Amino acid sequence: MSSREITEDDIESLAVGAWILGTGGGGNPYLSLLNMRVLYREGKRVQLIDAEDLGDDAYVAVIAGMGAPLVGIERLTDHRVFTRAAVFMEEHTRRRFDAVMGMEIGGGNGVRPLMVAANLGIPVVDSDTMGRAYPEAQMTSVAVGKLKPCPMTVVDVRGLEAVVETVPTWKWAERVGRKIVVEYGSTASTCQPPRTGAEVKKWGIHGTTTKAIAIGRAVREAQRTHDDPVAAILAVEPGKLLYRGKVVDVERRATEGFLRGVVRLEGMDDWRGSAMQIDFQNEWIVARRDGEPAAMSPDLICVLDSVSGEAVGTETIRYGQRVTVIALPGPDIFLTPEGLAHVGPRAFGYDLDFRSVFAS
Amino acid sequence: MRRIGIDVGGTNTDAVLIEDGKVVGAVKAPTSQDVTSGILDSLKKLGATGVLKGADGTPKKVDGVMIGTTHFINAVVQRRHLTKVAALRLGLPSGASLPPFCDWPEDLATLVRGGVWMVEGGHEYDGRPFMPLDEAAVLKAAQEMKAAGLRAVGISSVFSPLDPSHEKRAAELVASVIPDAAITCSSDLGRIGLLERENAGLLNAALADLSRDTIAAFEQAIRDSGIAAPLFITQNDGTVAEASQARRLPVYSFASGATNSMRGAAYLSGLSDAMVIDVGGTTTDVGQLKLGFPREANSVVKVGGVRTLFRMPDLLSIGLGGGSHVALDPLSIGPVSVGYRLVTDGIAFGGAQLTTTDVAVAAGILDLGDRTKVAHLDAATCARVFSEAARLAEEAVDRMKTEAGDVPLIAVGGGAFLIPEIMAGVSQVIHVEHGDCANAVGAAIAQVSGECDQIFKDMTRVEALAAAQEIANDRAAAAGADRTTLHTIESEDMPLAYLPGNSVRVRVRVVGDVAATA
Repeated sequence: MSSREITEDDIESLAVGAWILGTGGGGNPYLSLLNMRVLYREGKRVQLIDAEDLGDDAYVAVIAGMGAPLVGIERLTDHRVFTRAAVFMEEHTRRRFDAVMGMEIGGGNGVRPLMVAANLGIPVVDSDTMGRAYPEAQMTSVAVGKLKPCPMTVVDVRGLEAVVETVPTWKWAERVGRKIVVEYGSTASTCQPPRTGAEVKKWGIHGTTTKAIAIGRAVREAQRTHDDPVAAILAVEPGKLLYRGKVVDVERRATEGFLRGVVRLEGMDDWRGSAMQIDFQNEWIVARRDGEPAAMSPDLICVLDSVSGEAVGTETIRYGQRVTVIALPGPDIFLTPEGLAHVGPRAFGYDLDFRSVFAS
Repeated sequence: MRRIGIDVGGTNTDAVLIEDGKVVGAVKAPTSQDVTSGILDSLKKLGATGVLKGADGTPKKVDGVMIGTTHFINAVVQRRHLTKVAALRLGLPSGASLPPFCDWPEDLATLVRGGVWMVEGGHEYDGRPFMPLDEAAVLKAAQEMKAAGLRAVGISSVFSPLDPSHEKRAAELVASVIPDAAITCSSDLGRIGLLERENAGLLNAALADLSRDTIAAFEQAIRDSGIAAPLFITQNDGTVAEASQARRLPVYSFASGATNSMRGAAYLSGLSDAMVIDVGGTTTDVGQLKLGFPREANSVVKVGGVRTLFRMPDLLSIGLGGGSHVALDPLSIGPVSVGYRLVTDGIAFGGAQLTTTDVAVAAGILDLGDRTKVAHLDAATCARVFSEAARLAEEAVDRMKTEAGDVPLIAVGGGAFLIPEIMAGVSQVIHVEHGDCANAVGAAIAQVSGECDQIFKDMTRVEALAAAQEIANDRAAAAGADRTTLHTIESEDMPLAYLPGNSVRVRVRVVGDVAATA
């Protein structure tokens, strides 16, 4: 099994890159980063492996925090509780995990699998099931693959522990899981349905931790040398620069437990005179330029601070911010008809046919 | 109404007297090492102009002396005069892996961290208790603090902005063990975001001794000057707090200098919605006035390397000022400045460093120093330098604008001569009389505020806003505002993702005039 050690500097980069891959949602990884600094100071280290290195019958934990980011900044992320969610799953299924992976690379969840790996002394798989952040449990590659949607452990720091033992579909897993999370106070550590090595190899979205580290490293390096961080991202990722502008209007509303809304931008530089509007549902979903669709899920729409290159979230974006909008290619699995049924524009209520920014 | 406003800057201490809405006296004195003698000097200078005496020679009644100072933020940045703090967090079993001080720069943490105690307590986002407060553990912590000789205490609790009761109860318990404790509750500082709010509280606690001594010295300076008037300290949001309240919350004065300039600019120009550019000796601050107050930064602000989140103005600072170094080939201005050494190091004053002030003297815009010493700077060179300064200013103004159209820009500060009359994106550049002491004017006219920032559930938006407004009004009145003059200057609501029951977070801020003292 080939593996490489994730350095402390890699984790700093991962936090920046995961926030960018969060496409506006997923929560800022800062508190998860602080937890990792604590663990590394204690001498713990994390190894990163490729999905290809897993045996077909390897047993892989899928880690995710669920809840409202706002609650997460009061009830601070704790590495021990995430570890408990995985250990609880081991106890429940009477099987030891061989490795850990994340449900979503975008936002705080991009860093959390590392906490569990550090504590359990097992490697992190360089794969996830979203390739970005999405608001719901059925918006994953494993749901597209119709893999088993249970069991799931849901753990609260006070010792509240639940197992969602049997649900027929991923939508049910989302509904039942969400109810538990709300009762816990809208934040919980979860171990999602465990996967075998074969499943991860077939249905995982691969190389995403490495990708997040590379993006974060490019941004941090550009910040240090006072170069253009957006150009630095586009030098390491096959993305497209969509727009540069200024936020002139933010409209937010909470519906059905989601933060929905619209951000309007006014063009600067080469985009002077052109307007962009980006709709969001926790994450950026559809960008329109002068009324015409310019990018949409599952392509990643990343809104970045034009100066720092760091991600701007849908909860915190505000009037007057200078932002640059780039698109990154969506994971292949989501470009299939089945994938688009889960995360295409229609899954978010838009009567639009998916057209990729990257279609030639 | 007659008030004296004083701004203690890095270079000068400015004082103005405002009488019935007019600036009737304005003086500058050098800022002293000990701060307070500079204040006394400026008050004496103001007195020497005769404005504090009536026609018959008797002293006029002054309603208040409002002081804006950078003393407290400088203490944090320079790591001086800080007190060791006991941190008490109520929230276990949550957050145990990230204890208080966990994201502080090591040098500052070493100076301030007197000890860390975490006990059970705190609330949920919807007001349910997260865990019952472990009072026995609080008492035990207090005894350990006492044994360690700690007096300054910072108390934080999970979701305390929504329900401060655990913090308040813990404060009572600590005070019962350490009667002379200087306690800061994080809920007094507001915002949601435990680490950042806690950090602000710990910094505040670390300033307890300095705050007590400084404010006592300010009061002494006022008495020594022969003026009989209450002391107010200006706050980050452009309001004032009575000395007794300000003593408890020194962090609220961290950015008051820049705020005062903006408020003063609004007052002197008569505009309440405009951009303000305050050009000092070393830096230029750009901000936006809305309804006469600076727009607030709604995000994390680092102070001395510590992430904090509380009331601060949203400012952009660039390295442009009256003392900025100028290089001609290739042309560049700042960010390095000669600062207060302008009058010795500037070429027009016989020094060797070319500054923006020298260029202004050469161009005949300023009449300072010796113009013959800068005669070698021809008109074309001066024009190039001014156009570069204008470009820097234009870019800064554009970055801080929140609307597309042209907006009025008020230019204040000693370096305002660098701001041209015509700028891109600006409808009109307004230079005001007394603009060089806008900060002291802003201090003199400051009002009292109250704020509410919390989550409301199962209410209509209108009901939630009304409930928040009532809380804000009560807080303003408690801080010394005249209830009849209160009005809302900020009101925003934000629906919350994932939270059930139509949860909405509402923030309302009201201001009013200082209530007349009996």
